[in-house]
Amino acid sequence: MKADPIGVATGSYYIDGDHACAEGAIAAGCRFLAGYPITPSTEVAERVAERFPKVGGMFIQMEDELASMAAVVGASWTGTKSMTVTSGPGFSLMMENLGLGAMMETPCVVVNVQRGGPSTGLPTLTGQADMMQARWGSHGDYEIIALSPNSPQECFDLTITAFNLSEQWRVPVLFMMDECVGHMTEKVVIPEPDEIEVLPRKYYQGDKESYRPFKFNGAADLAPMIKAGDGYFIHITGLTHDERGYPIINAEAQGKNVSHLVDKIRNNVEKISIFEEDCIDDADVVVVSYGISSRVALKAVEDARAKGIKVGTLRLVTVWPFPEGRIQQLAGKVKSFVVPEINMGQIVLEVERAAKGKAKAILVPHAGGWVHDPDDILAAIEEGAA
Amino acid sequence: MSETEQEFTETLTIPPPEEDLHHPMEQYLRMERLPHIWCSTCGIGTIITAFISGLQKSELDREKVAVVSGIGCSGRAAGYLRLDSFHSTHGRAIPFATGLALGNPDLKVAVISGDGDLVAIGGNHLIHAARRNINMTIVCINNFNYAMTGGQAGPTTPLEANASTAPYGCYEFPFNLPYLAESSGAVYVARWTALHIRRLTNAIAEALLKPGFSFIEVICPCTTLYARRNRLGDGLDLMRFYHDNAIIRHGADTREVDIGFQDRIIVGKFIDKEKPTFLEKRDQYLKSKLGEQFIPYKGPNDGH
Repeated sequence: MKADPIGVATGSYYIDGDHACAEGAIAAGCRFLAGYPITPSTEVAERVAERFPKVGGMFIQMEDELASMAAVVGASWTGTKSMTVTSGPGFSLMMENLGLGAMMETPCVVVNVQRGGPSTGLPTLTGQADMMQARWGSHGDYEIIALSPNSPQECFDLTITAFNLSEQWRVPVLFMMDECVGHMTEKVVIPEPDEIEVLPRKYYQGDKESYRPFKFNGAADLAPMIKAGDGYFIHITGLTHDERGYPIINAEAQGKNVSHLVDKIRNNVEKISIFEEDCIDDADVVVVSYGISSRVALKAVEDARAKGIKVGTLRLVTVWPFPEGRIQQLAGKVKSFVVPEINMGQIVLEVERAAKGKAKAILVPHAGGWVHDPDDILAAIEEGAA
Repeated sequence: MSETEQEFTETLTIPPPEEDLHHPMEQYLRMERLPHIWCSTCGIGTIITAFISGLQKSELDREKVAVVSGIGCSGRAAGYLRLDSFHSTHGRAIPFATGLALGNPDLKVAVISGDGDLVAIGGNHLIHAARRNINMTIVCINNFNYAMTGGQAGPTTPLEANASTAPYGCYEFPFNLPYLAESSGAVYVARWTALHIRRLTNAIAEALLKPGFSFIEVICPCTTLYARRNRLGDGLDLMRFYHDNAIIRHGADTREVDIGFQDRIIVGKFIDKEKPTFLEKRDQYLKSKLGEQFIPYKGPNDGH
């Protein structure tokens, strides 16, 4: 399905990542945003608050992030594409109902414009230290999808991808921006509506009696949804449930329900994963990065190549699910992976795990507040090539 | 036998059971989920009956009524009602319901949940939904304690009442819920007990038909925990207590309806006033500011 023209501000703009994200959401068909102000993500909500009344959308500023996330899950069950926007401290509060969204298999998008943490940390300065929280933040076992854009243009393009993935996999999708990308101003081209592919929600069409809101097979053909108010009298719960949505409190039901939540993503990593590679074929060292760090790393990669080091790059566009298989393949061929990230070591752990000791994983940490010095990444590349 | 006697006898005669017996409310219940989890002599079942009767009485299209619960004994209410029903997280029934109510403005959303859920962990959401005058009906089942987890003290536990986390009696001042709801902006506020079935049913029907944020507190016996810890007797004793100590005072000043331990319970319809709902106010205001540029939100946008 093509994008609804009313939400597509076709043209060429000079805007920041936050604003581009807002435009991406509107173009993707999002018409419900519940949020709470927090630096450095507020500009997304501000732009949506201005634009929604003119495109038939519903914006509400909630009393906190707990409420925002709960409202988003509720709104999504009316059939409206829904999202919220936040940063670290708010992301922590959203974990409760993010788990509810995962358990209820509810499509929605959660934008986190990452800043330095922990706690209040660095409200106005960048960080990438919520990556593991994105994966594990809510209690219990579930899988999630997370994307990490590295430019305002990607903030537009990948927000649409995020909505499409959330509809396809019936899962909350996390849009893990960082303050740099959110506040970076660059050229953003918004295409014509008929050049934007939007995935409509899959609705059930059969008779009401035999409708089941869930299908626990861990496969790609998830149960189609219905909308609240359509007369199906669905029951949807955060408790462990069966395919009817009815609570069942025992180990067998838990096995079926949770295995499905995990398997529907794990069994389909290759269908979900998006990553970009460059100069991988003869590389001795591969720089694995995401978000703003992937752009800083380019300078180090250029410098390394000038020194004759065979270095390739792998940029994670979807960070979760982690493309374990691809790292495993490469681990047999390269000497080492270099992982620059604005945290004290998060995704590097995944790289190390996937490499299974066949290649080194070298972390280039940064506590946050600014991006890496490319020379630090270069030094790690040199270490990795030695 | 005289004609009168015959009529009397006929009235007394229990008709032979038909083969296919049905509960009169079964089309509103998820019969396949029964029996329910509530204790015998708990008031929640009675309140569910009143809710169904009130819903029938309101004549609302039940396909356009959704019910949301939080967590706790009362939080299980949604799971037994054959309506679109959602069992959300602890304290978040109201914001979840806000998403439903705004996501599909044609829905009437009812929140049935407990005092701990709605007023302690969910207290912030309660006052903000009331302030915004979101179109929803809250049925707040107040059993004076956290029952699902074993009888702990909560925001409504009366002074001196015993609870498992107040083993020497409660020394925190409780909330006065009608006062809280009214001062936060609710347009309809009432309180009844699980004894006042007919009045509660009428209140639920009224509240469901009232545009905006309506709030009904229902005092509910918890005989397994609260009554037992406080030696208040069984379910019948509590009903007798409500009968003897509930004072109907419509229009009472909500500042004066607080509840003490085994004190009188003032019940009635306290507030019923007119105020634009969140959506009415939003649409009217944005239209006045944006004119033709304003496009009202019409619900799901996917072409279905």
